[in-house]
Amino acid sequence: MGIEFRGVTKTYPNGTVAVDDLDLSIEDGTITVLVGPSGCGKTTSLRMINRMVEPTSGAVLLDGRDVREADPAVLRRGIGYVIQHAGLFPHRTVLNNVATVPLLSGWGRRRARERAAELLEIVGLPGELGDRYPAQLSGGQQQRVGVARALAADAPVLLMDEPFSAVDPVVRQGLQDELLRLQERLGKTIVFVTHDIDEAVRLGDRVAVLRVGGSLAQYGTPADVLRHPVDDFVAGFVGRDRGYRGLSFLSAEGVRIEDVPTVRLGGEPGVAPGWRLAVNDAGQPRGWLPPESIVDGVLTEDDLVAGGSLYRQGTAIRGALDAALSSPAGLGVVVDDDGRVVGAVTAHQVLDAIESHPESVGSA
Amino acid sequence: MTFLDELGRFLGSENVREQLGRNLLEHCYLALLPLVLGVVLAIGAGWLGRGRRRMRGALFVVGNVLYTIPSLALFLVIPGIIGTKITSSVNVVLALTIYTTALLVRPVLDALDNVPAHVVASATALGYRPARRFLAVELPLAVPVLAAGVRVASVSNISLVSVGALIGTGGLGVLFTDGFQRTYFAPIVVGIVLTVLLALVVDVLLVALRRVLTPWDRTAPTRAEVTAA
Ligand SMILES: Nc1ncnc2c1ncn2[C@@H]1O[C@H](COP(=O)(O)OP(=O)(O)OP(=O)(O)O)[C@@H](O)[C@H]1O
Ligand SMILES: [Mg+2]
Repeated sequence: MGIEFRGVTKTYPNGTVAVDDLDLSIEDGTITVLVGPSGCGKTTSLRMINRMVEPTSGAVLLDGRDVREADPAVLRRGIGYVIQHAGLFPHRTVLNNVATVPLLSGWGRRRARERAAELLEIVGLPGELGDRYPAQLSGGQQQRVGVARALAADAPVLLMDEPFSAVDPVVRQGLQDELLRLQERLGKTIVFVTHDIDEAVRLGDRVAVLRVGGSLAQYGTPADVLRHPVDDFVAGFVGRDRGYRGLSFLSAEGVRIEDVPTVRLGGEPGVAPGWRLAVNDAGQPRGWLPPESIVDGVLTEDDLVAGGSLYRQGTAIRGALDAALSSPAGLGVVVDDDGRVVGAVTAHQVLDAIESHPESVGSA
Repeated sequence: MTFLDELGRFLGSENVREQLGRNLLEHCYLALLPLVLGVVLAIGAGWLGRGRRRMRGALFVVGNVLYTIPSLALFLVIPGIIGTKITSSVNVVLALTIYTTALLVRPVLDALDNVPAHVVASATALGYRPARRFLAVELPLAVPVLAAGVRVASVSNISLVSVGALIGTGGLGVLFTDGFQRTYFAPIVVGIVLTVLLALVVDVLLVALRRVLTPWDRTAPTRAEVTAA
């Protein structure tokens, strides 16, 4: 279901212009991220889609029809909504929280609860959490329940207002990955609000940058917005390291992967003049053995220096550069999908590949 | 004659015991019916006043003014206004309903205003219409605060019913007027004991009711648990 803003303006009764003449066309089955500084009208825009806020002028169309033609409560049951802190009902169990919309829509109790249990599984929560109350869950789990609740009625449209901003960065990244995985399966039309440009770039098929005063500054693919900001505001907002961020969209195909000397944990490594990568029996990297190290007997993890980030083969070149720069040996470890060592890259090799990449010209 | 002999003789009479049972039941009815009515009315006032600054202020003023009217005065004024007989129990029920409502308006409104805005917003976003949202989301979350107010109101009602005996409306207060007129201590003591017991039993029941209504409220980690973690 596509969503279209046509000349939408919202002026609050106190005179604040929250959204100013917004024209925006959101494609069916994509993730569109609204991003911008605090107070630029992101939440207001989102809430005009499900009529929690009514536009002062202009119209919002859902699947080609003005949302004002629909009964607000019925309209909202067909639009999933997730907010920061999840907004779960503290007095209902997790399962009943998730079953809310099916129950409101008149499903039977039993069917609604079955559906809710199914959804907990879809968002990766163990079924036994279903009988708990929200206060008994971690922040990340609550957020997942919020997503499950929004998905429960199988709404084709999902509105998400900074859904992951209250959890710590590691959990946030997990939730983002999960959302992308879900989206691959479900193909919803998702409108996602954030003020974090990294999140916008990670999740968005399209990114809409709004400026304070509620006008649209730029609308395009994440790569577009990072590489060709239309003005100083967008350039400033996407940040100084947008050149580096832009590497998220470049493939690492041109980077040569070299062999890396390895030693096995539990084996006797002897002595060597260079850095060697320690691997376990499955061939996964465990750390680095510094040059000229003398190991007494068999090699254990205690003999090792912690490794840097790992670069998974086939992902964007940004990861390869980061792996090389964060490695104590100056060698970025390349692994396959099962985490086994494939080889290593140096920062030099990565930079060479970036420079010779046709897409990267004039990018940074 | 010792007091205990007196008490024994008083309670020994079958007539007296029957009369005591009737007084106790009457007392329950006179105290608890207004409690129920007052809770319903206070919730109605909550529905009107939540999120509306002016309405809320007006409700507080009315509540406070009503609560300051002395009970005896109210028992005497009500028949004049609604035309009941002065000894009618309707007067007591009505007066205590007014007190209960007045007492509960503030906690109900406070509790409703304390329901987190994001919870209310997400209820709206999920497709609740306002009335159902109020009953299914806002009100249940206000129960802990409301319950505390109801406990206070129940004790207050149980003691105020006795005042009604002064104008002849029945209940355990009859024992006080009776004993007082005859400088006879047994009924007074029995009256006090029964009133206190009634208040205690009702309080225990209210605490139990609150626990049944708010299983979720016991699950939030306590401060001690959070510190230990
Ligand atoms: N109910 C309201 N009444 C008056 N002004 C409002 C109301 N809601 C929002 N505003 C104002 O409208 C502007 C846009 O608010 P909005 O909540 O849409 O911003 P936002 O982009 O979501 O910000 P944030 O990133 O802080 O969540 C702000 O200036 C805000 O103060
Ligand atoms: Mg917002």
